[in-house]
Amino acid sequence: MLKRAFKTWFLWELLIGLSVTGRYLFKKKITVEYPEEKTWLSPRFRGLHALRRYESGEERCIACKLCEVVCPALAITIESEERDDGSRRTTRYDIDMTKCIYCGFCQEACPVDAIVETQEFEYATETRGELYYTKDMLLANGDRYEPQIAANLAADARYS
Amino acid sequence: MAIQAGIWALEILAIAVPIALSVAYITYFERRIIGWIQVRKGCNRVGPAGLLQPLADGLKLFLKETIIPARANKLLFVGAPILALTPALIAFAVVPFGETTLFGFWDEPHVMAIAHLNVGLLYILAISSLSVYGFLMAGWASNSKYAIMGSIRTTCQMISYEIAMGFGLVTVMMLAGSLDLADIVHAQQGGLLHWYMIPLFPILLVFFISGCAEAGRTPFDLTETEELVAGYHVEYSGMWFATFSLAEYGAMILISLMTSILFLGGWYAPIPALDIIPGTFWLLGKAAFLIFVFIWFRATFPRYRYDQMMRLGWKIFLPWTLGWIFVVGVFIYTPGLDGIINFWLAWR
Repeated sequence: MLKRAFKTWFLWELLIGLSVTGRYLFKKKITVEYPEEKTWLSPRFRGLHALRRYESGEERCIACKLCEVVCPALAITIESEERDDGSRRTTRYDIDMTKCIYCGFCQEACPVDAIVETQEFEYATETRGELYYTKDMLLANGDRYEPQIAANLAADARYS
Repeated sequence: MAIQAGIWALEILAIAVPIALSVAYITYFERRIIGWIQVRKGCNRVGPAGLLQPLADGLKLFLKETIIPARANKLLFVGAPILALTPALIAFAVVPFGETTLFGFWDEPHVMAIAHLNVGLLYILAISSLSVYGFLMAGWASNSKYAIMGSIRTTCQMISYEIAMGFGLVTVMMLAGSLDLADIVHAQQGGLLHWYMIPLFPILLVFFISGCAEAGRTPFDLTETEELVAGYHVEYSGMWFATFSLAEYGAMILISLMTSILFLGGWYAPIPALDIIPGTFWLLGKAAFLIFVFIWFRATFPRYRYDQMMRLGWKIFLPWTLGWIFVVGVFIYTPGLDGIINFWLAWR
């Protein structure tokens, strides 16, 4: 009874609340100041797409269209025909980044590890058209990020 | 005559400009401190450590379009923010910021206030009640049901808590025997034990918490909640909206200064030996600490429900302050008990 009255009139519970926030005032701050500082990215991070090549320079994609089929957002458009050497290759491989939901199904579906998602996520543009990635742009991405892609695939290999 | 008017203008500027600046920087420190409490860094991008943020905010608000609703009463709509801000600013006219002999220019120390009224406390009570009209007018002139409901809510809150605040001040008058703010501070001379926070501790709590309600600060910020569709200022935008928040922060500074003057010994140091530091620093330091407490409250407490807020004001604060008036009166006039309270009585 007395204890309760004391707690009520001296605002005890409120003081406990204030002491909690008061302690947090001096804690180390967890803010990451983005353009200068960045957080750690998982090897499985699903960012900008890339089309990979073999070491010989031959593109990996065999136009099986599994990625096009599995894509839930219908972001991938593929056209293919027979090349002079008799192999089946894509003549068109477009990904519309405004449709893509970055689920990673295309990467999972690909039997030859041709289409992958990189850790690149800073590719904002000023027009929507620039977000329509054609085969050449995707191959260029693959050339640019190949060391990173290979390292991430190797790091994740034992789990897949 | 012209010289006197010039001195007055200078005095007004010397108080109004620092108030405007401190309002701007209280918003900055509020964001920083709430950020720190939430384990964030707060705004630190504009200028060194984010110190130019208030200027950027002000510029943004100036450049924003002021939208006046088509069916609104334009005169009242524009007049309401002014009527809300003016009382918050003119109340500072009687606040004594300290005493000075102007480096030996005067023999007697003069009180540093624009107007040294002998009924300063009454003046502050009267003036701070006036800002309610601004809020009421804002809701009415907006011609919107949300704004009018918000303004009724705000008005009820302000009036309810003003009563508890006013009765709390009666106990201060009973001890100091004066309505003159400088006399009230003089009555608390002589160190921490002489301050009115010792005999009037419950009144200090009631006064400060009511102050939160008066200024519309967090546990009682029903005046501007999101879930109740803001409040009296839903229809306001740009600079007219900023004027309302200027009034809110002005009221917050005023209540911090008043709490320091009435309960925390005004411009006197907690230990008499420390009085060599000019009193203005002590007063402003105490007020700054109380403003920090306001911000701390905001980072800590969730907001009251409307009926809870009304219950606190009418059923707890009002009887409690009335009871304390009775207790103080009994102590003053009962032979044998008056020895205890004589320590704080300035007029015996």
